[in-house]
Amino acid sequence: MDILSPMEWTAVMLSLQVAGWAIAGTLPPAILAAWLLARLDFPGKVLLDGLFHLPLVMPPVVIGYVLLLLLGTRGPIGGFLYETFGIRLIFTSQGASVAAGVVSFPLMVRAIRLSIEAIDRGLEQAARTLGAGPFDRFFTITLPLMLPGVVSGAIIAFASSMGEFGATITFVSNIPGETQTLPLAIYSATQQPDGDAIAARLATISFTVSLVALMASEVIATRVRRMIGQ
Amino acid sequence: MLDVAITRRLGAFRLDARFTAGARGVTALFGPSGSGKTSIVAAIAGLTRPEGGHIRVDGVTFFDAAARVFLKPEKRRVGYVFQDARLFPHMTVRDNLLYGWRRVPAAERRIAPEPVVALLGLDHLVDRRPATLSGGEKQRVALGRALLAQPRLLLLDEPMASLDAQRKAEILPYIERLRDELAIPIILVSHAIEEVVRLADTLVLVKDGRVQASGPMEEVLGRLDLGPMFGAHALGSVVGVRVAAHDDADGLTALAFDGGELTVPRLDLAIGTAVRVRIPARDVVVALEPLPERISVHNRLRGRITEIAETADGFSEVRIRVGSADIVAHITRHAARRLELTVGQEAAALVKSVAFDRASLAFTAGAVTPPRPGSAAGAGP
Repeated sequence: MDILSPMEWTAVMLSLQVAGWAIAGTLPPAILAAWLLARLDFPGKVLLDGLFHLPLVMPPVVIGYVLLLLLGTRGPIGGFLYETFGIRLIFTSQGASVAAGVVSFPLMVRAIRLSIEAIDRGLEQAARTLGAGPFDRFFTITLPLMLPGVVSGAIIAFASSMGEFGATITFVSNIPGETQTLPLAIYSATQQPDGDAIAARLATISFTVSLVALMASEVIATRVRRMIGQ
Repeated sequence: MLDVAITRRLGAFRLDARFTAGARGVTALFGPSGSGKTSIVAAIAGLTRPEGGHIRVDGVTFFDAAARVFLKPEKRRVGYVFQDARLFPHMTVRDNLLYGWRRVPAAERRIAPEPVVALLGLDHLVDRRPATLSGGEKQRVALGRALLAQPRLLLLDEPMASLDAQRKAEILPYIERLRDELAIPIILVSHAIEEVVRLADTLVLVKDGRVQASGPMEEVLGRLDLGPMFGAHALGSVVGVRVAAHDDADGLTALAFDGGELTVPRLDLAIGTAVRVRIPARDVVVALEPLPERISVHNRLRGRITEIAETADGFSEVRIRVGSADIVAHITRHAARRLELTVGQEAAALVKSVAFDRASLAFTAGAVTPPRPGSAAGAGP
């Protein structure tokens, strides 16, 4: 690939990697959170719902700052991770994944929750009378039927992770090859006197990735819906 | 043996249902929509929890409020066929059928998939998805799925309510075969009297959340005091008869019972076949001796009046004992007074041949093998 310089190429690959890990890490808790909100009634549900959606409305810089406080090597969680397992999140690509995951978490929960709410509870009751216990029902009925939401939620969250800027730069800074994802690289390019061409190239890639992700989300969700007979 | 006694409050509606039913055959929960029939079966399946009472099936306690017993639905082994089939859309018909089967330990499987697939005529459907099935086919798959879960008890919650007459006719024979070929008690929820007469052995009458009457179907259906509850359309008598002769020239069939003979439009049944016919009370004319000769009505059943009940809305229901059968007539009070009808008096029930309720024509258990579904089961030419 001659179109991109090695440094730009690195930023693209790093973005894909960061977003991939972000999705992999957020998917299980997002499914759990969506299920809790869609299916259970408990005191404090409204508060929990609000907390899950907070990253959607809070300035990303604030999220990055909160992550810095919590997950920094002297923070309550970050300190524990660092001292016990030697895991350091700040200034690393893993940290970038965490920032991207936190920001895209509400998008994923929303999509999954909608698909859970669309499931006919009667089907789970039927499974119940046929001898299926709670976990059995979840994995054979609920999970397959909410798959369209899971897939489209994951793809949208992936695309939004690729574009995460504020939380990432605040939490893990802008280190080429380690934490400099596409948006950060674009930002750096615009700060250089001769960076216009670089910024344009990277912006085009960013635009393409987002568009492809949106289209793929639709196509795959339709496929999955057909696969599960809807 | 099924023993149900449950109470539950749902807003202003109060469910207080008690009944028992035999270990074999079909028990029908009959009553108007909203009377609490579905609430009763949902409680038997464990999908809802009553506030008081108990539910016992075959010596197993599903629920006992006093002893704080509540068996989870997944442990009850109750085959529930819902009104809306509820097939799993993401699975093939085969996987739907085997869903419960796979969850039963191999040693406890008595009903095998092959005969069920054959019994319900599902051979050509097993690789299809539920979305591609017709309403009747969906209900047959739901029946098969429930059966293969090796149920102690089968609950059919208006399995034919969402089907048109043709689809209904398609699924009824299958339910008849289940009743006759498997030793699993069946509870059928219905608000269609034809279905009940055709399928049920025991009738449980439900209204406003309470069981108003229960017992052998013929007995409960013939009770005059329950007339208003069935509504004028449902009141009638059920008579067990045998096909005696066919008159092909005139297109008639003679049905014999110990009280006489009934002539009905030609039925496609072998001589000797035992069937149940329902005679709607509003289609019975009461006549006194001497019986009119120049009259088109063919069937004259001579007997003795055993009961006369006056309804609140100006009608009289007259029960005439003919042989071992009871024929109920729904006439105006004015007519009863004009004829000076009294209990113990000799009278005849006149029934038009065309009045027979074909939809309720039933093959009684133990009768000649019912015709294969697909042939003209229970319907004449």
